[in-house]
Amino acid sequence: MSKEANVLFDAPGPRARRRNNLLTAVSALLLLALVTVAALRMNDQGQFAWRLWKPFLNGDVWANLILPGLGNTLKAAVVASVLAILFGVVFGLARLSDHAWIRVPAGAVVEFFRAIPLLILIFLAFFVPNKVSPVIAETPFGTFQRVMVDTFGGIFGVEINAGVITVPAFAAVVFGLVLYNGSVLAEIVRAGVNSIPRGQSEAAYSIGLRKNGVLRLVLLPQAITVMMPAIVSQMVVLLKDTALGFIIAYGELLQAGFKQVPANYENNVIQAGIVVAVVYIAINMALSSVANRLERRSRRSRKTSAKTMGTGTGAPPAPGVSMAGAPGGP
Amino acid sequence: MEQLLDLFDFGPFFDNIDAILDGFWATIRLSIAAGILSLIIGIVLVSFRVSPVPVLRTVGTAYVNVLRNTPLTLVLLMCSLGLSDTLRLVFSEDSGVNYYWWAVLGLSGYTGAFVCEALRSGINTVPLGQAEAARSIGLTFSQSLRMIILPQAFRAVIAPLGSILIAMIKNTTVAAAASYAETAVVMKQFMDDPTFQGGALPLFIGVAVGFMILTLPTGFFFGWLAKRTAVAR
Repeated sequence: MSKEANVLFDAPGPRARRRNNLLTAVSALLLLALVTVAALRMNDQGQFAWRLWKPFLNGDVWANLILPGLGNTLKAAVVASVLAILFGVVFGLARLSDHAWIRVPAGAVVEFFRAIPLLILIFLAFFVPNKVSPVIAETPFGTFQRVMVDTFGGIFGVEINAGVITVPAFAAVVFGLVLYNGSVLAEIVRAGVNSIPRGQSEAAYSIGLRKNGVLRLVLLPQAITVMMPAIVSQMVVLLKDTALGFIIAYGELLQAGFKQVPANYENNVIQAGIVVAVVYIAINMALSSVANRLERRSRRSRKTSAKTMGTGTGAPPAPGVSMAGAPGGP
Repeated sequence: MEQLLDLFDFGPFFDNIDAILDGFWATIRLSIAAGILSLIIGIVLVSFRVSPVPVLRTVGTAYVNVLRNTPLTLVLLMCSLGLSDTLRLVFSEDSGVNYYWWAVLGLSGYTGAFVCEALRSGINTVPLGQAEAARSIGLTFSQSLRMIILPQAFRAVIAPLGSILIAMIKNTTVAAAASYAETAVVMKQFMDDPTFQGGALPLFIGVAVGFMILTLPTGFFFGWLAKRTAVAR
């Protein structure tokens, strides 16, 4: 019996064992009934027809639709992860600053992006520049805007034509993912550094290190070990959120597997949904198992006395929830 | 330079405030229904996951692993396009009502998996000694659950549940993919409208502020409640 059950249940005696066996039988029957009802419903609507499942054994479907979609998903996820970690480290450390003029604006930025939905951020990047840029082009800032887009926009495919900026779906998805997940990672970084016992920084100061040295040589190396599992868990969230690109027609896995495949193969949405879900689940569970392994390793190791931040549900509390008691909170 | 100020002209925003508020009202209705239902689903799931019956434990674990690792967009699309449109499982002939309930069901099915995990880790925070002490003074299973374990476990999960609720409020926007007309759909319609030229930035600011009005007080409330009810150990 698993560990958590021990709090709730004593070791079963003969009567409890009989009851458990009965419950097992009843629940197995109920489960079987449920599966049967679902299967009958599928059958009624002709969803077991071979022609609906066959496309997924066809190599061309994988090579031309699903795998390129998966490639786009991974591309957005990797680019966004790297930038989000950068954003998270910068803003997380900024929130730990001793100077209020750095700490307060950084805190406002992080809390703002955590308080609004990711999809709204994606919409901001996707729709707003297109509407706003013609107006800016009329003003003295028009040249500045054009130079900025020409210089930096090219990396993400952002284009400017006669003063009108077009943001491709990829750039919009990455923009949203970076700001939202970067803000969550900033909270993770802050919590990670705060979780290092005070004695560590006191000892570092007492041997004559400056603020920079204390952070760089003593706190951060320990904090990275502590927060690694939480960071990898956040990567799973980020990867799942790339699916929001579906709404603005970014050609990622969901768009390719769930829209284009059914559009070309007799509208087999149920079958496509199952196949796409299996792909997502496989990738995410692989990533989660990395996080769990990191967590176990870091709990075992004696490199830091701080407690490892878990891979559990939503590592940092949502905005507002933690503010009251959190050390260094605004 | 005055044109730049026009970018922040809230005129078009307030001209269409009715449609935007309708969107937020749809978001709130979805949040309330999905919040209640996801709590119920989470409680059922966690009772499966910690039960002494292996079949139920397997079902609970499988459900949580599948739903937690599938994007919400896919879950909601499967509900609306798959279960509703293809398998013809409909709640109502009225398509608006039907998609509303499928959005509620999809969102709570997804959130329920997270609620289950939060509740389970709450049960794990109760030290084993508490349960052993309860048993040794002769409390029955339901008594020890009711008087010793759940009160402590519940207090430990208030803050995580608050975070999940806030995440869920933000996730209602994903229902835009599943044919349910809430805030994100309204915003997208205005943004797609070529005549809605000047109001883009105010619309974003307005929608963002609207969501902050929904999420931040919820966060403060749960933070306050969690602090107030914290178990001293």
